Amino acid sequence: MMPVVLWTDLLVWLLMAALVGAVLLIRRQPHLRAPWGRVARDPMAMAAALVLAAYTAIALLDSLHYREALPPGPQGEVHYAPEVKSVLDRLLAPLVERQEKSYSAPFATHAFARETLTGPDGQTIRDFPRLIHGGAHLADPVRDRAADILARLAAGLGGGLVIWLAWLGLRRGPRRRRHPQLPWRAMDVTLLALMLVVGALVALAPHYHVLGTDKVGQDVLYASLKSVRTGFLIGALTTLVTLPFSVGLGVAAGYFGGRVDDAVQYLYTTLNAIPGVLLIAAAVLILQAQMEAHPDWFETGAERADMRLLFLCLILGVTSWTGLARLLRGEVLKVRELDYVMAARAFGVSHGRILGRHILPNIQHIILISVVMDFSGLVLAEAVLSYVGVGVDPGMYSFGNMINGARLELAREPVVWWQLGAAFLFMFILVLAANLLADSIRDALDPRTRQRT
Amino acid sequence: MKGLKVRDLQVEIRSGERRLVPVDGVGFEVAANECVALLGESGCGKSLTALALMRLLPEGADIAQGTAELDGIDMLALPEREMRRVRGGRLAMIFQEPMTSLNPVLTIGQQIEEALTAHGDASQPGIKHQARELMTAVGLPPERLAAYPFQLSGGQRQRALIAMMLAGDPEVLIADEPTTALDVTVQAQILALLKQLQQQRGMGLLLITHDLDVARDMADRVAVMYAGQIVEWASRETLYQSPFHPYTQRLFQVLPAISRRGQRLAQIPGNVPGPEVRLEGCRFSGRCLRVMDRCRQETPAWRQLSPDHGVRCHLADGVDPMAAPVAAPAPSETSASPSAGEGAAKATGPVLALQGLAVHFPVRTGLLRRTTDVVKAVDGVDLEVHQGETVALVGESGCGKTTLARAALRLLEPTSGRLELLGRDIRQLEGEALRRQRAAMQIVFQDPFSSLNPRMRVGEILEEGMRALRPELSGQQRAAGLARLLEQVGLPQDVVGRYPHEFSGGQRQRIAIARALAVGPALMVLDEPTSALDVSVQAQILNLLADLQRQQGLAYLFITHNLSVVGYLAHRVAVMYRGRLVETGPAAELLTRPGHPYTRLLLGSVPGRGLPETPASVPGGQAAAPGGGCAFAPRCPQMRRECLEEQPALRELAPGRQAACLFPLV
Repeated sequence: MMPVVLWTDLLVWLLMAALVGAVLLIRRQPHLRAPWGRVARDPMAMAAALVLAAYTAIALLDSLHYREALPPGPQGEVHYAPEVKSVLDRLLAPLVERQEKSYSAPFATHAFARETLTGPDGQTIRDFPRLIHGGAHLADPVRDRAADILARLAAGLGGGLVIWLAWLGLRRGPRRRRHPQLPWRAMDVTLLALMLVVGALVALAPHYHVLGTDKVGQDVLYASLKSVRTGFLIGALTTLVTLPFSVGLGVAAGYFGGRVDDAVQYLYTTLNAIPGVLLIAAAVLILQAQMEAHPDWFETGAERADMRLLFLCLILGVTSWTGLARLLRGEVLKVRELDYVMAARAFGVSHGRILGRHILPNIQHIILISVVMDFSGLVLAEAVLSYVGVGVDPGMYSFGNMINGARLELAREPVVWWQLGAAFLFMFILVLAANLLADSIRDALDPRTRQRT
Repeated sequence: MKGLKVRDLQVEIRSGERRLVPVDGVGFEVAANECVALLGESGCGKSLTALALMRLLPEGADIAQGTAELDGIDMLALPEREMRRVRGGRLAMIFQEPMTSLNPVLTIGQQIEEALTAHGDASQPGIKHQARELMTAVGLPPERLAAYPFQLSGGQRQRALIAMMLAGDPEVLIADEPTTALDVTVQAQILALLKQLQQQRGMGLLLITHDLDVARDMADRVAVMYAGQIVEWASRETLYQSPFHPYTQRLFQVLPAISRRGQRLAQIPGNVPGPEVRLEGCRFSGRCLRVMDRCRQETPAWRQLSPDHGVRCHLADGVDPMAAPVAAPAPSETSASPSAGEGAAKATGPVLALQGLAVHFPVRTGLLRRTTDVVKAVDGVDLEVHQGETVALVGESGCGKTTLARAALRLLEPTSGRLELLGRDIRQLEGEALRRQRAAMQIVFQDPFSSLNPRMRVGEILEEGMRALRPELSGQQRAAGLARLLEQVGLPQDVVGRYPHEFSGGQRQRIAIARALAVGPALMVLDEPTSALDVSVQAQILNLLADLQRQQGLAYLFITHNLSVVGYLAHRVAVMYRGRLVETGPAAELLTRPGHPYTRLLLGSVPGRGLPETPASVPGGQAAAPGGGCAFAPRCPQMRRECLEEQPALRELAPGRQAACLFPLV
């Protein structure tokens, strides 16, 4: 087995490390702790944070890549499989392997389309064939299916409940209530819901296609779970790309004013005047052409798709920093006139130190709020771009690609709804949780909303 | 009885399980044709009282109990529908901030007419006529009905607001700090206008103020509020001649005035307690000099000393209600401290010397940003500040005081002129050389809330200057310096690890002073250092500044609009008008015998000496400069034809005194 570190993997783990570092820093600084304490006491925010944590866990598991070793060759040399797998793939192996021929509805035992079958008596009939894996263990699917599903569902829910009860016991056990100020009720309820869903899926997914299968017979649940990483990366890495531009240029424009301000304003008004989609489409198409001209750049298809994803984050970042930069410029214009900045100037403190100690700490809440608010917008932007065809690599799992794939089938009768429905459901929960958390963070950090309450 | 009668008013704020009572059992009355002042420091609950009477309390605050009768009808019990008719009709209120009280997208006329339609039933032409009458009544030309709020000066806006409030022909008008945001000259006019309207219309006027002098000019009766309660209630004569409550007595003693020059001001220790701090017993007991054991345990009841004098104090128990109120013994600690350098050492050269200093801001317009005009914020100022000397720079807002101070510190680039610090020309210095000079000049700002970085600990704030300007100091030396600084400004040593938001305004101002002192300056620019503070805290800061000057021979350039502070503290005064000095001279002489008509106008506007006689005069404001003549001519009562033709330069009136006037008063 050979570990493979893709560029986006590296960045995702660096981001995680930075997040952990920030949490440790916040815990040490009382003036930062106070507003975050308000977030931590908000039931809605903590429930949303738990849901996001579940998504993050999926994305992280999907960011540990490796290539499997093939059986040793005749001279004992080791070759590795061309396809790159992740830990998540390994965990979801039952889903990956159970591929059908084509579409099938959720919990179906028979395919979605009729085929010409040869009966036991040699006659050819047109009927819905049994699926290869979905409900294959049932002797008589028509009779047994409902009972079997219910039994497995009950077992799964029961298992989830037991784990949850065990967690409750652990939490209330020997070290009782270490953080009594946290909204434990809301968190427990969210956790219960998560446990029940996971329990039910664990019990049902190995035997049925819970969310159906797509055109090539791939399990839609698997595709949805794999898409989480793409959405998460687009949301998180793009903001990472925008920050240097928006913070650097916005703060410089506000603080130095004059010619610097003119230049930055010129830049972002110009950039804003170009339709973002055009710019993105142009950049992605150029990249695509380059990649096709140089197939030797990438060892595996995964690396190619990864590079394209990274590039998409970059180009999205380059086109979307202007809003925050404008916001920061205005805020810095205000802060730099405050008396404590004037006092620092009277001490002859250097520009760098004034920016680092007086300006940045007093605008950081805006940066943070905007980063969290932008996250969900970018997840949605990815879906739109992939749908249009200028998003991530077509071979990559993403919500946009799922929607794009389901597009044509919506005209079928009966409708193939599950692919679109699954993408919608997963994206909806992710974006809703991110927005709820963002609202709470804004309420806690923004001095204007704080005064109101 | 006509008028407003408030009984036992209590306002509570509930947040979760906490219940705060910022107004606790307030009672007073405002008769028709009477002005009552509600006097108190910030946070004592006076504004909440007014809002409660209007039933306009902010969300979360509620009236817990009490009655407020207007002509025998309890307004606190009225249903909201009927209250809406009373509000703005029989009971109206003017707010402090004229900038935000008017809707910027409607003309003055539209807003006055709106108020008229809401409370009258006049037909359209009648309304126009009434609006014009109201404008005349408040001393504004009726043509200004078509003006938008931004086209009016601050004083004119306050007049327009008063006109709106008069539209409902109120029986009682509540004015919440109506002049705090205005210059003294405008303040005097607005106060006179209010007084005149009150008497003409037989209105009751409830004036909410923190200014003892304003109350003295305006009020017939005064209620003194402290920490949510009324502690003393008396007619003006009684209160100002023989105040009974220790708090009221102290308030009079902490006021700086020219007669207290060279003396230490009396202080009230500590700060006004907020509603979250509730003391057992008497609420003033923690700061009272005549506190007894009983005060800390037992809440004093209201006692009537005479029919028109009530007080909430245990000291009143032994007083025969019919006997004349006892004048309180003057506190003894006003013992004179050595005068803060009345004959300041002038042997050495000046610490700061300005010659022809000018700051012009170009007005750029158009695509190419061509300079089309220049705003001459400071236009040729000569000024010297010597060691151990306080020079006060006074003038109305917008006259260029702050710009001058910032240019003197090279926080702004002067356009021309000479700028010398300790004999060195610092206008030409750049980079490192300028940075080294910065240790000698420091600044303390007006607003203690925006002058300290909320994200830094006090220790870091104080060390910042030392790190930047005296990098040779070791960590240990810095810590020692820090300890010494805190002692000098009277703060405990444990503040270094705390953040600014934990401190009150006065304490923050001490931190700001310590920050400036940390680098060992010779010159301190004090930009209105006490105008954001309560009077009792102001005295503490002024004493501290005087002490520091005596100990370290600091030179102060003191920017202020408060002439009583000038009289108390300054050695010399420079009066500024539209970017130029119009008069300079020793404080004692200049304040008693002004040489320039503008100085006299300023002095005449100071409250506490009666109201000016011509209240309805349209304020000149900062009218456009006449071509070439004296800038003050349009507002000058002594203006002659020559004034419009020749711009006067500063001329010697007497040794050490100069005025820029063709026809000086002395």
